[in-house]
Amino acid sequence: MKKLINRQPGRVATWALGLLPFALLLVVYLLASDARLEANPNDKLLPAFSAMGDAIQRMAFEPSKRSGEYLLWADTLASLTRLAIGVGISALMGLVFGIVTGTLPYARAGLSPLITGLSLVPPMAILPILFILFGLGELAKVMLIIIGITPFLIRDLQQRAREIPAEQVIKMQTLGANTWQIILRLVWPQIMPRLISAVRLSLGSAWLFLIAAEAIAATEGLGYRIFLVRRYLSMDVILPYVLWITLLAFAIDFLLARYSRWRYPWFHGSH
Amino acid sequence: MAIIEMNNLWKEYGDQVVLERLNAEVREGEFVTLVGASGCGKTTFLKMLLGTESPSRGKLLLDGAPIPDQPDETRGIVFQRYSVLPHLSALENVMLADELHRHKLIGRAFGGKRKALKDAAMAMLESVGLTQAAGKFPHELSGGMQQRLAIAQALMKRPRILLLDEPFGALDPGIRRDMHHLVLDLWRQQGLTIFMVTHDLAEGFYLGTRLWVFDKTRLDPQAPGAYGARITYDLPVGDCDKGTLTAIQEQADATARTMA
Repeated sequence: MKKLINRQPGRVATWALGLLPFALLLVVYLLASDARLEANPNDKLLPAFSAMGDAIQRMAFEPSKRSGEYLLWADTLASLTRLAIGVGISALMGLVFGIVTGTLPYARAGLSPLITGLSLVPPMAILPILFILFGLGELAKVMLIIIGITPFLIRDLQQRAREIPAEQVIKMQTLGANTWQIILRLVWPQIMPRLISAVRLSLGSAWLFLIAAEAIAATEGLGYRIFLVRRYLSMDVILPYVLWITLLAFAIDFLLARYSRWRYPWFHGSH
Repeated sequence: MAIIEMNNLWKEYGDQVVLERLNAEVREGEFVTLVGASGCGKTTFLKMLLGTESPSRGKLLLDGAPIPDQPDETRGIVFQRYSVLPHLSALENVMLADELHRHKLIGRAFGGKRKALKDAAMAMLESVGLTQAAGKFPHELSGGMQQRLAIAQALMKRPRILLLDEPFGALDPGIRRDMHHLVLDLWRQQGLTIFMVTHDLAEGFYLGTRLWVFDKTRLDPQAPGAYGARITYDLPVGDCDKGTLTAIQEQADATARTMA
C-alpha cells in the first residue's frame, strides 16, 4: 500500500473531487432554503432558485419600469467601463514607472522612496479625500482603483525589470545598443508578459475598490445595485449579482492568461 | 602593435587582492585561453576587458588608450548562460546588432530594409549551422545550439575582440568538441582576437595560440585574499608537453584546496 502522500488521483477523480464541494454547497443551500421557506413562505434570507430566476429575468431581460433600461446589463457596462479605465491607466503607469525605476538607477533613487511611501497609504482611507477633490462623479471611482493598485504594479514591475539578467543588458551594449534601445528592445518586451501577470494579481483588489466606491456614491453599477437592494433584503437579486461578478472576474482572468500564453510563448515555454 | 596591453595592473576589493602586478601584451589575431583555480581572478580579468569592472591600479589599454569603462561594440561577449535574448527568435537575435545600428530611434527594421538584414543574418546562422532553427525561440534550442546562436549574434557586430566566459562549461563533451571546431574556424576566417576563460585545462592546451595560467604565487592559508593572482604561465600553445600540463594542474589544485 502506497503512502497517502504518494497517491495521485486520476483525471476523472480530480474532476469529481473538484466538483464535490460545489455540489455539497448547493445541496446545503437547497435544504436550508427549503426549511426556512417552509416555516415562513415570505422569508427573504435564503430565496428559492425559482425566486432568483424571477429576479434574473426581471433585472436582465425586462426593461426597468423607472428608467427603461435593462438593469443588469447597464450595471455591468458601467462597472466594467470603470474597471477597464482604472486598471488600464494603472497598467500604463505601472509599465512606464516600473521600467524607468527598474532600469535607471538615478530614477530609482529619486522615485522609489515616494512610491514605497504611497503604497503604504490605505486607499480606502483616502476615499473621502477623493470624493471631496473629484466630486461624486466617475473620476473619484476610477481614481480609487488607480490609487489602490498602481503602487503595487509599479513596485512589482520595477522588481521584474531588475530581475532581467545583467548578462542580457551587457549583451545589448556589446551589440551597440544605447539606453533607449535597451529599454525598447530588451526591457519593454520582456516586461509585457510580467505586466499581464501583475494585472491578474491586482484585479481582485481592483474589484474591491470598484465595488466599495460604487456602494458609497453611484447611480448605476454592480456594486451600487447590490448595496441598493440590500435595503429591501433582496437576497434574490444580491446572490445572482455576486455570482455574476465572480463569473466576470473569472472570465477576465482566464482571458488574460490565455492571451499571455498566445502572445508570449517564450515566456511560458521557459517557465 | 598590441591590441591589449597591461602595465602593472591590479584589482582589489577593499583589502581583498584579486589580481596583482599583471604585465602582458596581446597582438591582434591572438587566441588567448585563461585557466586557473576558481577565485583566481580569470573572470574578474575578463570583466575588466569587458568594461564592467575597472582596474584598481595600473593600466589596461585597448589600442594604446585606456579601455572604455562600460561595455560597447568593440568587445563582443558570450557568457555561459543568458547570452541570447529569450524573447526573440534565433533569426531576430542575430539581426539585432544590425537593426540597432541602422535604426537608432526604434531599433527595428521593417519592409525592404528588414529583408536585406534578414539575408545577412541567415548567412551568419548558416555559418554556425543553425539554418533550420531560424524561427525558433532560444528555449526551444539545446544548450549547444544556444551557445552557437550566442556566438553568431556576437559576431554580427564584427567586434575587434571576442570574450568567451566559460562558453562551453554546461555542454556535453561531444558537443563541446564540435564547438571547439566552430570557434577555431570562425577565429581563422574573421581574424578575431579572442580571450576565453575555461575551467578545463586541457581545452586551453590545444585551443588557441596562447595559454595564460592565473595562480597565486604567494598564498597565506590564514588570509587567502591577502595576495592576488598573477599570470604564472604564459605559453604559446603547441610548445607545451604533458609534464607542463600536469605541473600546472597540480599547482592549480593546491591553490584551490588552500582557498576552499
